[in-house]
Amino acid sequence: MNKTINQKAWFFVVPVFVLVAFNAAIPLMTVVNYSFQETFGNNVFAWEGTRWFKQILLSERFHDALGRQIAFTFIILLIQIPLGIGIALTMPKKGWGVPVCLILMSMPLLIPWNVVGAMWNIFALPDIGFLGYSLNAIGFDFNFTQQPGDAWFTTILMDVWHWTSLVVLLSYAGLNSIQPAYYQAAEIDGASRWATFRYIELPKMKKVLTLAILLRFMDSFMIYTEPFVLTGGGPGNATAFLSIDLVKMALGQFDLGPAAAMSLIYFFIVLLVCWVFYSLMMKNEVKS
Amino acid sequence: MSLELKNVEKKVGIETHIYPTNIKLEKNTINVLLGSTLAGKTTLMQIMAGLDKPTNGEVWFNGENVTGKQVQKRNVSMVYQQFINYPSFTVYENIASPLKITGVNSDEIKERVGKVAELLKLSAMLNKKPDELSGGQQQRTALARALVKDSDLILLDEPLANLDFKLREELREELPKLFEDRECIVVYATTEPSDALMIGGNTATILEGKIIQYGKTLDVYNKPENLTSAKVFSDPPMNIAEISKSGDICKLTENNVQWKSNVKIKDGNYKIGIRPHNITTYKEGNNTVEINGKVLISELSGSESLIHFTNGNLNWVSLSNGIQQKNIGENTKLFMNIDEFLYFDENNRLVNHG
Repeated sequence: MNKTINQKAWFFVVPVFVLVAFNAAIPLMTVVNYSFQETFGNNVFAWEGTRWFKQILLSERFHDALGRQIAFTFIILLIQIPLGIGIALTMPKKGWGVPVCLILMSMPLLIPWNVVGAMWNIFALPDIGFLGYSLNAIGFDFNFTQQPGDAWFTTILMDVWHWTSLVVLLSYAGLNSIQPAYYQAAEIDGASRWATFRYIELPKMKKVLTLAILLRFMDSFMIYTEPFVLTGGGPGNATAFLSIDLVKMALGQFDLGPAAAMSLIYFFIVLLVCWVFYSLMMKNEVKS
Repeated sequence: MSLELKNVEKKVGIETHIYPTNIKLEKNTINVLLGSTLAGKTTLMQIMAGLDKPTNGEVWFNGENVTGKQVQKRNVSMVYQQFINYPSFTVYENIASPLKITGVNSDEIKERVGKVAELLKLSAMLNKKPDELSGGQQQRTALARALVKDSDLILLDEPLANLDFKLREELREELPKLFEDRECIVVYATTEPSDALMIGGNTATILEGKIIQYGKTLDVYNKPENLTSAKVFSDPPMNIAEISKSGDICKLTENNVQWKSNVKIKDGNYKIGIRPHNITTYKEGNNTVEINGKVLISELSGSESLIHFTNGNLNWVSLSNGIQQKNIGENTKLFMNIDEFLYFDENNRLVNHG
């Protein structure tokens, strides 16, 4: 068959190119531009090569922020994933409890991020906040604005409160798609509750859990608004995660070159982790 | 060994799913529960297995009242319409799973799994995971899991419904052989009369939560106690008409088509049931009666032709061998094989057959 030439395709392709250019490529290239140059204002640039990248990668400040970021993400995943599965398992499967639970679970997800930050800020204040005051009243010396440990505790608690629901909803959807016959078959076999979970529910939830881990990883790794409102990265730099540190560098100190280099490094870390994680999961998927 | 339901009734809320039912299944038998979707086949099976408790009545197994006894304490296996296997286990581990839980030693597990796998033609797939298998193989794995246990009661809930035609035929032929030498009671639920005929054994026809008739499959088919049972056990649907008999003349009330008959019933009004394959476009059998029909639909099913036709208020289906081309609206002659008629009295009870 002869190939027919059809120029009409351009009509469909060009708008996509333009769209992608405006919302991804051009802003990204601006950042790339900054990362290799020194700016002096008035649109005066000087080529710096990889200097900013080296500076960032070797700086202790970046290592610390990255370390805090990894620790934070790791901790919240460790709490939210099992907790989310646990809550999903205890949720009712039918009856009036279903909509009630679903609405309750969706609530935190609907609250704007800076509102969550502000809420928890007030909630945790040691003098007037319910949480802060109560903790002090029962004998804990709790002050998240002064003590790094308390700041971490509050930030993690806030994130768990805000985002566990997402894991719950995804797990619940995964659990609901398991046909009742599986449970009956397990019952006939005499499988224990744990075995039913381990060998039926968990494998059947694998796909949604992959999605939940990926989403929670990306979101928590890029977290900005909530800790910014809650602690502002403090006390000191205790809760200055990558994006908070980045904004400080870019807008606080106006170090645009290093900040651009850091943005790119940040971006590549997220991309790399997601890619590795996703391909590992998909490899298992193909095998099984 | 026997399984007996005594006055078993199942209600959910105000709805009755199973009306008080009595049935006794003997050992080494295959019993088909035949009925349409929502007739109550699955509910009955779950009560038999102990997965569900009857609202009233008792379930007896081997002379023991097992009503309310937990399913894992009874030696039961079940195969479902969906292919239910442990997704993260290999075929071998899947088949071995019921044995592992009961603590059979590993040498014996190996031997028994090997045997069952061979029986179900799974030997080459033992190291694969269920989702690497075709639907037919997945269902074979589920069957193997049910068989490996040497259960006293094996329940098959429409096991072939999700398979494509060819696999269904293949597995359906093998099924009765699988249970031949087993000391167990097999219950097989299906919506398809042809399944029941193929499998043989005993059949219970079920409609709307009631067992209409239970007996040897061929008896139920040839001598349905009543019209309902005959309808359940007929696909395509049975053709029904009213007749009057006077002397040796029978006459269709609808259109005065009449024939000479030596059927041994008193004079009077009856209903007749005619299975679609006893109305054909050609003469079959020694005694046929001609009837005119206007073709509604004509469809092919394999190498058979289904012709839906009307004659007055009669709306009938005929099933002929070979490819019979008929146009919609065409007037055609069909032949009814009067030796195969089923006669029902005013209470819809069978009074004579053939």
